[in-house]
Amino acid sequence: MNTQEINKLKLVAYKIRKDIIVEVFNAASGHPGGSLSIADILSVLYFKEMNIDPKNPQNPDRDRLVLSKGHCAPALYGALAERGYFPVEDLVTLRKTDSYLEGHPDMKGIPGVDMSSGSLGQGISAANGMALAGKIDKKDYMVYTILGDGEIEEGQVWEAAMYAAHYKLDNLVAFVDVNGLQIDGPTKEVMSAEPIDKKFEAFGFNVYIIDAHDIEQISEAVQKAKNKNGKPTAIICKSTKGKGVSFMENVGSWHGKGPNKEEADAAIAELDAKIKELEEKVNG
Amino acid sequence: MADKIATREGFGKALVEFGETNKDFVVLDADLADATKTVYFKKAFTERFFDTGIAEGNMMSVAAGLAACGKTVFASSFAMFAAGRAFEQIRNSIAYPKLNVKIAATHAGLSVGEDGATHQCLEDVGLMRTLPGMVVMTPSDAVQARWMIKAALEYQGPMYFRFARLATPVMYDDNTSFEIGKGVVLKEGTDVSIIACGLMVEKALEAAEILNQKGIYARVIDMHTIKPIDRELVLKCAKETGAIVTVEEHNIYGGLGSAVSEVVCDEYPVPVKIIGTEDKFGTSGKPAELFELYGLSAENIATKALDAIKLK
Ligand SMILES: Cc1ncc(C[n+]2csc(CCOP(=O)(O)OP(=O)(O)O)c2C)c(N)n1
Repeated sequence: MNTQEINKLKLVAYKIRKDIIVEVFNAASGHPGGSLSIADILSVLYFKEMNIDPKNPQNPDRDRLVLSKGHCAPALYGALAERGYFPVEDLVTLRKTDSYLEGHPDMKGIPGVDMSSGSLGQGISAANGMALAGKIDKKDYMVYTILGDGEIEEGQVWEAAMYAAHYKLDNLVAFVDVNGLQIDGPTKEVMSAEPIDKKFEAFGFNVYIIDAHDIEQISEAVQKAKNKNGKPTAIICKSTKGKGVSFMENVGSWHGKGPNKEEADAAIAELDAKIKELEEKVNG
Repeated sequence: MADKIATREGFGKALVEFGETNKDFVVLDADLADATKTVYFKKAFTERFFDTGIAEGNMMSVAAGLAACGKTVFASSFAMFAAGRAFEQIRNSIAYPKLNVKIAATHAGLSVGEDGATHQCLEDVGLMRTLPGMVVMTPSDAVQARWMIKAALEYQGPMYFRFARLATPVMYDDNTSFEIGKGVVLKEGTDVSIIACGLMVEKALEAAEILNQKGIYARVIDMHTIKPIDRELVLKCAKETGAIVTVEEHNIYGGLGSAVSEVVCDEYPVPVKIIGTEDKFGTSGKPAELFELYGLSAENIATKALDAIKLK
């Protein structure tokens, strides 16, 4: 990837981060921490790697994404809006009674959402089903899913891992967002799932360990998965919860609350500065 | 009346209060201690608190094992993931062997609010009520939540508690009496009985005021125990007022309305209007707006009460 390409995707990631803050501030609730940590992954997927068309969101041949950690809907909605599935202006209606932007992803009402989610541990199984359907129908689409490092404590995740390898679902890519935090504290203290890479390896996955905030590494890992060697792929992403908003970074209490006006202004100022810097680089 | 405290708060504080004297019980949570309020117990009695991580099925069967070794166990998560995710573990590992596990489910119903449909459990009372031997209770305020925990520690066997996220007015004072399976008559009336539970008790009282202004006298019951239902009180309402309205923050199928109807149909049929969510999923929004949207309002209760009276 050339620098220009990388900067463009970085810029999108920061716009998604700003969207996240705008959403959870207006909703006065929602999950900024884990949303901010997956912004780069979503930027690479929706703006480079995924074969999708916002004008035809139901295309049966499209690549699919299941946000298994559904509470990070603000990040997904940001990415979908930036990609043109629905107006960016609608993001301020997140979680409001008369809005289609439900607190957790709702495939019935939100263009671009491939699967409803929000109850942890189920999304990866649904992604398996989509990947299996692709095999049955002899289609070559890819299915991506994003899990949390707390979420993988659910036994169902490992049932799904066993399944994906057993059925040779090499069209499945599972990102694990290892930000080290869940609600009750650091994952290592609450319920450690380590070693995560070795577990997925033992279950029969190709495993890549990457920096979740490095555009090039994300893209390279996805490219490798697209080679399809008969095994599903797990991309273990070392990330920072709250990435991009300094006062939210690695602070557990930003898991599930909206910022107040002052906090939102400070966060947006920080993100705007970053966006400006990247825009200057991109536009030369 | 002025104080607003969530029933989950009453539950969390009660665990600490009774934990001081009763050293035999342990508390489990599945990565939601701050939200369920078991966090108070976790802080006070670290050695008796065990987080299972995000693994509700495992938590319920672990609870069963602890109980099989003589422990009293409180196992807590959101209603959706306790009654919903772990239903079959509860059925076969807890209810069938009749083990002493108290399932403390918080964030039940529409009043979860902004998190939306995936988190608004409107089925748990139905699920839990169908399990033989399971006691099912939901408090209408934080004081009642405390009584329930006290009663739970004196009772042997599986119990399901349904607590709410939303802070709501305190209705009872500390020295009112409380008994499992005995509904509370909050207001006397002769024309119709409004039988409510949980956060809907407050709405039922408001509805009774509206009806009062029309010269209609509604009896209001706080049916905090849905199973075993207070059969005697339900029949008394049927006989003395001749019409019943039930109100709950739950699907109209399987919950309080069903429990009341079963008794009425069985022994003394009178019209029963069931108010709850009408076989729909929830949606994101502010709890007060959602109550209006789904017909869980004092106005709608009053209207349905008039309908029930017409059917007499
Ligand atoms: C089955 C289930 N149990 C509990 C929850 C409540 N919950 C929402 S987010 C969360 C913590 C998730 O931690 P992690 O997967 O690490 O996500 P991240 O830190 O990336 O936000 C929990 C317990 C849920 N949504 N689903």
